[in-house]
Amino acid sequence: MPTLRIPTPLRPYAAGQSEIKIQGSTVAEALDELVQSYPALRQHLFSEAGDLRAFVNLYINDEDIRHLQGVQTPIGEGDRLLLIPSIAGG
Amino acid sequence: MLPSLSHAEILRYSRHLLIPEVGLAGQQKLKAASVLVIGTGGLGSPVALYLAAAGVGRIGLVDYDVVDTSNLQRQVIHGTSGLGVLKVESARQRMLDLNPDIRVEVYNEPFTSANAMRIAQDYDILIDGTDNFPTRYLVNDVCVLLGKANVYGSIFRFDGQVSVFDARQGPCYRCLFPEPPPPGLVPSCAEGGVLGVLPGTIGTLQATEALKLILGIGEPLIGKLLLFNALDMSFDFVNLRKHPRCRVCGPEPEVTELIDYEAFCGVPGHDHEDGSVGGGYDIEAAALAERLNQGNSIRLLDVREPHELQISHLENATLIPLGQLAARLSELDTAEEIVVFCKAGTRSARALELMVSAGFRKIKNLKGGINAWARQVDPSQPIY
Repeated sequence: MPTLRIPTPLRPYAAGQSEIKIQGSTVAEALDELVQSYPALRQHLFSEAGDLRAFVNLYINDEDIRHLQGVQTPIGEGDRLLLIPSIAGG
Repeated sequence: MLPSLSHAEILRYSRHLLIPEVGLAGQQKLKAASVLVIGTGGLGSPVALYLAAAGVGRIGLVDYDVVDTSNLQRQVIHGTSGLGVLKVESARQRMLDLNPDIRVEVYNEPFTSANAMRIAQDYDILIDGTDNFPTRYLVNDVCVLLGKANVYGSIFRFDGQVSVFDARQGPCYRCLFPEPPPPGLVPSCAEGGVLGVLPGTIGTLQATEALKLILGIGEPLIGKLLLFNALDMSFDFVNLRKHPRCRVCGPEPEVTELIDYEAFCGVPGHDHEDGSVGGGYDIEAAALAERLNQGNSIRLLDVREPHELQISHLENATLIPLGQLAARLSELDTAEEIVVFCKAGTRSARALELMVSAGFRKIKNLKGGINAWARQVDPSQPIY
């Protein structure tokens, strides 16, 4: 099953988990399923219009989905999705 | 012509000179190099210490703050004897004690659009050790416009990121983050905290990248982002690419000079909590205490996280963490007088905005948070 790594700033909205097993054949399906299980994540990932927010960087393995097929990118067994947070601490 | 090394310097740098990839010529490159470190806090501390120890000939430090007790859990360049001293001065003294053969130039001012080009132009490399989004976009744009490498590091709680943004050869910070997050969505370290050793890990990696760039050895993190998590002890790397329509380093840039970065990000260019919201919504701790003593019925709403109650608390306060507030507003009564508070006033300001837009009118923000209460009303409670 593919997994999604949740960065620290988003963990409170995902029941504190660092990694979540996800379901779906595309990124869009997986994210849809994810925010249904963890509704508090929705506003952090999606705009009110339902698009992935511009500051949300989502990678499959080590590639940006924007350089693949966006949210339509297919995902499969063993894929590792990474959410890259905007953090600014120093 | 590279500068020569004295006998004393040769002894000092002996362990570098023994490495073939550095050697005498490499050490001379370090001596000839100049690096500007923006921020002398958590990240800037190890960066400045290691660059000084390594013999980088000229190091600039930009900061406008003074050393505070709450800095010392992570800002290891400063010490207890330096409390209240300008950070750039405290750092300079420590660096020159470590290595008197280098030059340390200090800029005791905030890094802003007004002074950034002037300060940065005479340095080879910039290191981003700032603590807020506006200054990060500023450092990026300065580097793109001046054609310099930006050694980036950023931290939050247990997470860290490192990259080298050099728009001449690869992507810039804006290629990765074209837009800042909405104000308030990402807590700062002053609000959310940070593991003290984390800036040590990340800052040391930034110093490593800077030394590699100067020496021209190894594979710099250009076009790659390192994601570190201390709890999982995980190091993940992802590939970064130039954004085809990057607003500053793309083929048709819109940003050709520095802009107003605080307006762009919608937040101030510092990580200090001033603790007030304005607009007549603030109440001082002393005034709140007086109203409570007069027997007024006021609902105290604490929007901190549950674990912060162990540090300090107000009697009879209702706890609803900020992250849950939107979903739990029905537990509160708009007819009731409410004073909302947090640690120092930043989260409560956001809570107040949310509640005002949801129709709450009889609501005030405890200015300066429970820390102000501890300072003005109840010294038995600690300040954190």
